[in-house]
Amino acid sequence: MTSTSIHVKDLHKTYVVSKRESGVLAALQSLVVRQTEEIPAVDGISFHLAPGEVVGFLGPNGAGKTTTLKMLSGLLHPTAGEVTVLGYVPSKRERAFLRQITLVMGQRNELVWDIPALDSFELNRAIYRVPPSDYRLMLKELTELLELGPLLHKPVRNLSLGERMKCEIAAALLHRPQVVFLDEPTIGLDVTMQRRIRKFIAEYNRKFGATVLLTSHYMADVEALCRRVIVIHNGKLLFDGELSSLVQKFTAHKTIVVQLDDVQADMHSYGEVVSREDGHITLRVPKAETARVTERLLANLPVIDLLVEDPPIEEVIERVFAQESA
Amino acid sequence: MRDFAVLYLQQFKTTFASMLQYRASLFIWMISAVLEPLIYLIVWSTVSVSRGGSVGDYTAGQFAAYFIVFMLVNQVTFTWIMYEYEYRIREGLLSPALLRPVHPIHADIAENISSKLVTMPVMILIAGGLALIFKPTASFQVWTIFAFIPALVLAFLIRFLIEWTLAQSAFWTTRVSAFNQVYFVLVLFLSGQIAPLSLFPRAIQVLANILPFRWMIGFPVELILGRLTPIQALTGIAAQVFWLVVSLGLVRVVWRAGIRIYSAVGA
Repeated sequence: MTSTSIHVKDLHKTYVVSKRESGVLAALQSLVVRQTEEIPAVDGISFHLAPGEVVGFLGPNGAGKTTTLKMLSGLLHPTAGEVTVLGYVPSKRERAFLRQITLVMGQRNELVWDIPALDSFELNRAIYRVPPSDYRLMLKELTELLELGPLLHKPVRNLSLGERMKCEIAAALLHRPQVVFLDEPTIGLDVTMQRRIRKFIAEYNRKFGATVLLTSHYMADVEALCRRVIVIHNGKLLFDGELSSLVQKFTAHKTIVVQLDDVQADMHSYGEVVSREDGHITLRVPKAETARVTERLLANLPVIDLLVEDPPIEEVIERVFAQESA
Repeated sequence: MRDFAVLYLQQFKTTFASMLQYRASLFIWMISAVLEPLIYLIVWSTVSVSRGGSVGDYTAGQFAAYFIVFMLVNQVTFTWIMYEYEYRIREGLLSPALLRPVHPIHADIAENISSKLVTMPVMILIAGGLALIFKPTASFQVWTIFAFIPALVLAFLIRFLIEWTLAQSAFWTTRVSAFNQVYFVLVLFLSGQIAPLSLFPRAIQVLANILPFRWMIGFPVELILGRLTPIQALTGIAAQVFWLVVSLGLVRVVWRAGIRIYSAVGA
């Protein structure tokens, strides 16, 4: 157990939802026989995380990421399978377990809305029984790393989304959890704020050796933080390994977005046209061809602007999925 | 134990600060807390005057004393958790609470007490004003005042635990408000809210003694107004202790079952 922080074996979660056709007859029928449907949200996944690892947990919406995080933090009981976190069974919600983990969700409200964040921090100190000296040290550290100084004394409702998120993260980490679950920690934040939070997560991991499992739709988050990624789709595990090998393996293409003076230009000789909107044309070209195609575009066409990028994370994952099921 | 003291102190500070942000709504809420007993007070004293001075064993002045004290005791023991719980579950506010290494009931108790601390001075002033207008008569005795304190604390605990347990019904049904209505009607008649229980038919009084409602409000009121013998006071407190044990057991069982459902269907 010593080398495993999170252990998941053949984990299942099936939601039972009542099903009903529309219409009066169906409504009456449902009074007599309740029809239910079983929806497998997580369908037999297994993985291990070593202490101190930072792992990206990826998958399209509805893949089962949040459900898995909720099972790992003890909010949901698994339908079947084995989960241990720091040697505890999360669904038992033992105090000693809860004191060592944290789950940060985009919509989670750790902070009390009407009072300054600092007061909520004090409350968390009492809830998690953090010794005063540790608390002061941690507060100082979090305040520096996240630049919370001017925010701490303002009522939370007067903070912007990004400021609030920083305070939420600080509140969630005051008790110095050994295992940190982050569900979309940077969603809705601007690029500067995203970068700051990313930097902070890396710092926290390095300083305290905490295990971090994070979901994000931003490739940049994952690239900056995670060497290893776990990809799930439809509740099944599709990939578990180095991020670099994921990108190498599944993205043989780059995306080129060009803005042209000539909207009618025929682009088919340059690559696959993915979309054409407001004079912006998105092309998909094989990775090896990228430089040559760019060169040709600039030479032959009235280019106003040109952007080369990796396909968005969803596309990478879709590709993973497409390959797996093919 | 010390950890709990720190927790409650911090929780008090937090809720105190947020309560003070809502002075206007606290004030509006207090108006209704005063109006209801005031209406019963006026109705019953008018009836007693028109009946030649009294109804049953209550004179107009005794009705005034009863409803003014009832207002204060109700203020101490009432909760709003049954209105709030369904919203909490629906809005996903329960999940963060479940991640904390303390039982969520502690936050609710602390919140309840601190809001009472904010409103109580005002309620006492209002009670004083009402006393000047309606001239209550009561025979206070030293022992009833001493017996009143444990009776009031027990009444608070029983009512809190029972209403917290009933609030858990939100785990099972989406028709919580219908459920709550039934409960509030029972409180209205069987706690002594609409009229002192001694004015009700014998059968209702027996029922009120068996069920918990009288022990949540009416009993401490009757006790401090000197309407009970020492034996009645003692059996009353025994009944309160019995309900305390029952409601503690209920909270545990129902909470566990509720959480099992919550964590099965999707927290």
